Amino acid sequence: MKHNPYIYILVMAVVTYLIRVLPLTLIRKEIKSPFIRSFLYYVPYVTLAVMTFPAILDATGSPISGLAALIVAMLIAWFGGSLFQVAVIACAVVFVLELFIC
Amino acid sequence: MPLDNKTWFQKGVKDGIPIALGYFAVSFTLGITAKNAGLTALQAMLASFTLNASAGEFAGFTLIAAGASYLEVAIMEFVANARYLLMSCALSQKIPSDTPLLHRLIIGYDVTDEIFGISIAVPGKLNPFYTFGAIAIAVPGWSIGTYLGVVMGNILPANIVSALSVGLYGMFIAIIIPPARKSKIIAGIVAVSMAASFAFAKLPLVSNISSGVRTILLTVVISALAAYFFPVKEESSDET
Repeated sequence: MKHNPYIYILVMAVVTYLIRVLPLTLIRKEIKSPFIRSFLYYVPYVTLAVMTFPAILDATGSPISGLAALIVAMLIAWFGGSLFQVAVIACAVVFVLELFIC
Repeated sequence: MPLDNKTWFQKGVKDGIPIALGYFAVSFTLGITAKNAGLTALQAMLASFTLNASAGEFAGFTLIAAGASYLEVAIMEFVANARYLLMSCALSQKIPSDTPLLHRLIIGYDVTDEIFGISIAVPGKLNPFYTFGAIAIAVPGWSIGTYLGVVMGNILPANIVSALSVGLYGMFIAIIIPPARKSKIIAGIVAVSMAASFAFAKLPLVSNISSGVRTILLTVVISALAAYFFPVKEESSDET
């Protein structure tokens, strides 16, 4: 390694922290613009949906188990499963399926 | 019934447990990457403790392994983590406007996909202590997992890692599906987002775009279109 690992870590940490903390500290008031309010209201749903699919298909040993976990998790969440239940059952689906298909 | 800070903190810890477990699995594999980049277990743990960013750390470690310049690493971190800028904007509207600076600085320390997800899902305004509780349990899971990943390498069986790594996505689904059940607009937006994300990941040309940039692009475009065509009525965004 040519460079100092601690400076690498410092650079990464500073950049990442500034990205996260600037909006939280600079935007002190409620935003009035209906468009920006609506935009920020929709941001989490879009971001989380985009990050989940199709990445979940590549997260596991096989796309089939990933897809099965996605479908089961959606069904359980739809019918009122808690955060913890959905997460654990998704893991269990993958574990059991991969015992058979891998 | 307003809950006190202690109760909110405890709720945060409870909801943070599945996050910590998922983090442990993911950061364990991240530790293996850090080791390959030539970092010691302590350095890798320090990176995880100060960054709390899976894609950002993964990209960073890869660049470190390649002996990249500090500037290249800085730009990479900005691109890989720019989505947190949007999340931080959204959180700035979710917390009460009189939230003290110190509380804002602590929330900003750990705006991750998961912590953001559960924090934004709280009904009404967010009590920062809920987020603090989740951070208190998630960060150790993340940091220790990275440390052990470097030290123990590939000890954990592949099928366990595979199963655990889907847990984080399970949580995302648990966050977006219940509101989608209540609102046809959100259901439509979730479906469009997933379809667009799939198209961007698979189609020629656009599939070269990194997943971090893809997330930002699609988030900005789809959220803006949704805000334009389906503006949120004031009363629904003011529920407390």
